[in-house]
Amino acid sequence: MKNTLDDNKPIFLQIKEQIEDSIIDGNLNAGDRAPSTNEFAKFYKINPATAGKGINELVAEEILYKRRGVGMFVTENAKEILIKKRKKSFYESYMLPLKMEAGKLRMSTDELIEMVKREDNE
Amino acid sequence: MKIEVKHLTKKYRDKVALENVSFTLDEPKIYGLLGRNGAGKTTFMNILSGQILSSEGEILIDGEDPFDNQRLTESICLIKEGNNFKKDLKVKNVLKIYSYFYPNWDQELADYMVKEYNLNLNAKVKALSKGMESALGIIVGLASKAPITIFDEPYIGLDAPSRKKFYDILLEEYQLEKRTIIFSTHLIDEVSLMFEEVLILSEGSLVLKEEADALRRNTCAVSGTAEEVEKFIKGKEIIDTKQLAGMMTAYVYGNVEEAKQSGLKVEGIPIQELMIHLTETKRGA
Repeated sequence: MKNTLDDNKPIFLQIKEQIEDSIIDGNLNAGDRAPSTNEFAKFYKINPATAGKGINELVAEEILYKRRGVGMFVTENAKEILIKKRKKSFYESYMLPLKMEAGKLRMSTDELIEMVKREDNE
Repeated sequence: MKIEVKHLTKKYRDKVALENVSFTLDEPKIYGLLGRNGAGKTTFMNILSGQILSSEGEILIDGEDPFDNQRLTESICLIKEGNNFKKDLKVKNVLKIYSYFYPNWDQELADYMVKEYNLNLNAKVKALSKGMESALGIIVGLASKAPITIFDEPYIGLDAPSRKKFYDILLEEYQLEKRTIIFSTHLIDEVSLMFEEVLILSEGSLVLKEEADALRRNTCAVSGTAEEVEKFIKGKEIIDTKQLAGMMTAYVYGNVEEAKQSGLKVEGIPIQELMIHLTETKRGA
């Protein structure tokens, strides 16, 4: 959970991503109750309608489902759906900037591959 | 309650405070009304709450003019920067008077907030510190439960923890029952996350009215070499630009995700900054 939200990015997206991250990290598992609109509003001092928009999008994407009067819960397939989705955006979000920066530093593709393979604990 | 603003103009002897402003607020939401000093915010709020008349045009609330309109006045609560209450009244009498005036008055909330803010019920208004007078205004504003509640820079002298308390209670109340809250302040960074919609006035004109999250998504600051940035912003609506040593940052209306595809450095614009750029451009023009 982030401590505060950024004012330069849509709030509903940030709420959405927080829940997504929690599911991918395993902090929220299938069948668990997700924080409610009001809990988000209170925690981050944001407009409840905005928080609700993020949660509703997750319902539309079948990441969460609503149990009337009880709250929002994580679906069985949530994690799988999210990992698929994240993989799709992985190239744009991580590879492109990586290649761009590498280009600026005049690094070759081989050098990049070398780095990917390198053990990180040196 | 539906608020329709139609060609609203207000002229003071030598000055135009509002010029042909038109917009509609359809739903109960938390609206941020922003702008620099003298932009016309206070004039607008005074007309909306039926305290002064417009020179031309009109504001209609559920189809009626709020000026000198008892039924509507009960539905509107305007809390200003100061001088909201008669100086010789005691705090408890102020609260009593407003509890008679507003049909939805929430005495429980008022009592709770008086305790939270350590307000002395027997003190006279004139004996209160600036911060305590502001606290009293906030209490009346929230406890009024008026379907249209307007806060015009309501917390002069109120310290940061007390302001935070105000935001907490405001959001809690709003969650329990939606109402139209119009919030005008210069401390934009503190409250922008609460806004559902933002209106920006500049020199008497409405320069922007947009959902807060749509703004965050559809405005961006794009940086790179002047040449690249010029190419990118061609044909886009430009809010402001700045240059340094061949590098350029342009503030434009454009989708953040789309801009990222261009390979330029792209950042969202916080609402406070957006307000500054929007109102400065107009000045320079």
